[in-house]
Amino acid sequence: MFIKHETIEKNAFLLLVFTLLTIAVGGIVEVIPLFTIETTVEHVKGVRPYSPLESRGRDIYVREGCYVCHSQQVRALRDEVERYGHYSIAAESMFDHPFQWGSKRIGPDLARVGGKYSSDWHYAHLMNAQSVVPESLMPHYAFLAQTPLDTGDLVRRIKAQRMVGVPYTDDQVANAAADLKAQADPAADNAALLRRYPKAVTVPGDGRSVTELDALVAYLQVLGTMVNFADPANEKPRQ
Amino acid sequence: MPTKIEKDSISGQLTTGHEWDGIKELNRPLPKWWVYIFVATVIWSGVYFVLYPSIPGISGYFHGLLGYSTRDTVEADVAAVVKQRSVYMDRIAALPYDAIRRDRQLLAVAETAGRIVFADNCQPCHGAGGGGSPGFPALAAGNWLWGGKLADIETSIVFGIRGGHDNARQSAMPRFGVDAMLKPDEIQAVADHVMVLYGKSTVGSPAGAKIFAENCVACHGDAGQGNREVGGPRLASRTHLNADDRATVVGQIANPRMGVMPHWNTRLDQATIKSLTLYVHALGGGE
Repeated sequence: MFIKHETIEKNAFLLLVFTLLTIAVGGIVEVIPLFTIETTVEHVKGVRPYSPLESRGRDIYVREGCYVCHSQQVRALRDEVERYGHYSIAAESMFDHPFQWGSKRIGPDLARVGGKYSSDWHYAHLMNAQSVVPESLMPHYAFLAQTPLDTGDLVRRIKAQRMVGVPYTDDQVANAAADLKAQADPAADNAALLRRYPKAVTVPGDGRSVTELDALVAYLQVLGTMVNFADPANEKPRQ
Repeated sequence: MPTKIEKDSISGQLTTGHEWDGIKELNRPLPKWWVYIFVATVIWSGVYFVLYPSIPGISGYFHGLLGYSTRDTVEADVAAVVKQRSVYMDRIAALPYDAIRRDRQLLAVAETAGRIVFADNCQPCHGAGGGGSPGFPALAAGNWLWGGKLADIETSIVFGIRGGHDNARQSAMPRFGVDAMLKPDEIQAVADHVMVLYGKSTVGSPAGAKIFAENCVACHGDAGQGNREVGGPRLASRTHLNADDRATVVGQIANPRMGVMPHWNTRLDQATIKSLTLYVHALGGGE
């Protein structure tokens, strides 16, 4: 039964086998719980993939490093719930790759900012934050209003998200360009957009071309609005 | 296996007894205090694992013997503070505005609550103290778009303005320029007339006044006094919703910007909205 340590150390094959066995124990302990991880994922109604314009706006959000100063996570603490609204649940960022929970709040949390202010305010605030909030520390992002949104790789971006598990339908992929335009034009018929992406907020834009600012505002306006927590049909998530 | 433990002649320490090709190793065990703490943390992790939510299972996850949940905790915390405040907030919710204003203590609570809620939710657009900024109405100036009585203010807060709520206040100014309802020179003439109404010019335009009378008076009033039924801004005023230069006026006639205010009845409860109404009313413009 007992194999002397010395025997193992002096026999390369035995050493290999026992090392493998030892590591396998650790590996199994880490891996097996993952097979049941699905049972801990809560599903709530309303969470949908981002519309094409929101998705591109999210790219701008990431590119400009908004997460460096803004978190997107209302923690389950009384003060936060009273200030920002219902605490964030994991399912709300299930289609975020990567999520934007952040860890720093130089500015306020943005997890529930959608619909809190008018789109006009977001334009004014992003272009020059101090024009509406004099004490603000936020940099100016007026250049976003001058930068046309690059939509050349829109479909490929959406397909890439689909590859990592975001359930975009073929319908949504095929109409990506049309949906993006419809959401950036208040005069457009957005019935199809709203059917594919409920609660998508049409941004005013300037009517000429779609800018990065339009996309960013569309993204901000949907944050935290997908789940209707007042609706009793939304099964109360338990954690 | 240790073969020969011996005393190292240089350091005076014992060796482990192992020997590899002539190389020996001193036996320097970890400090006792460190080992005990380490063992204690290992034991504690086992205790913690059992007491608190720790591992996913076949159906759901292990909730822990204590049944701890951050969500239950925060709900209990919120319920506790709501109960604490209910002494005042229930009365604010139940009483009409007149009765709240007669009760000085209750009014002080309401206005304090209103001030705090205003700072977080309203101040970004309406400015500190309701000072407003171009495009975002001042609340302290008394130049109301939709009315400055308590009931008017409450309606604006509850349902919002052009914000998508079914009961939201609605109105839209025609796009006189973009939709070619007026010719460019007609727009210039109306702008001349509006600058007179603003009190910034004495050089009027008879043609502009005529066009104004035909197109604008329904919402802005025949003397530019505004119309609160439709949120038509008062033009004969020293304070204005947008910048008061002529170029802005021309732009506003040609392709008007119309403000949007979200509805707050899903974010704030009734007592909070009433507190906010009382605070806004007391900013200096209340009627």
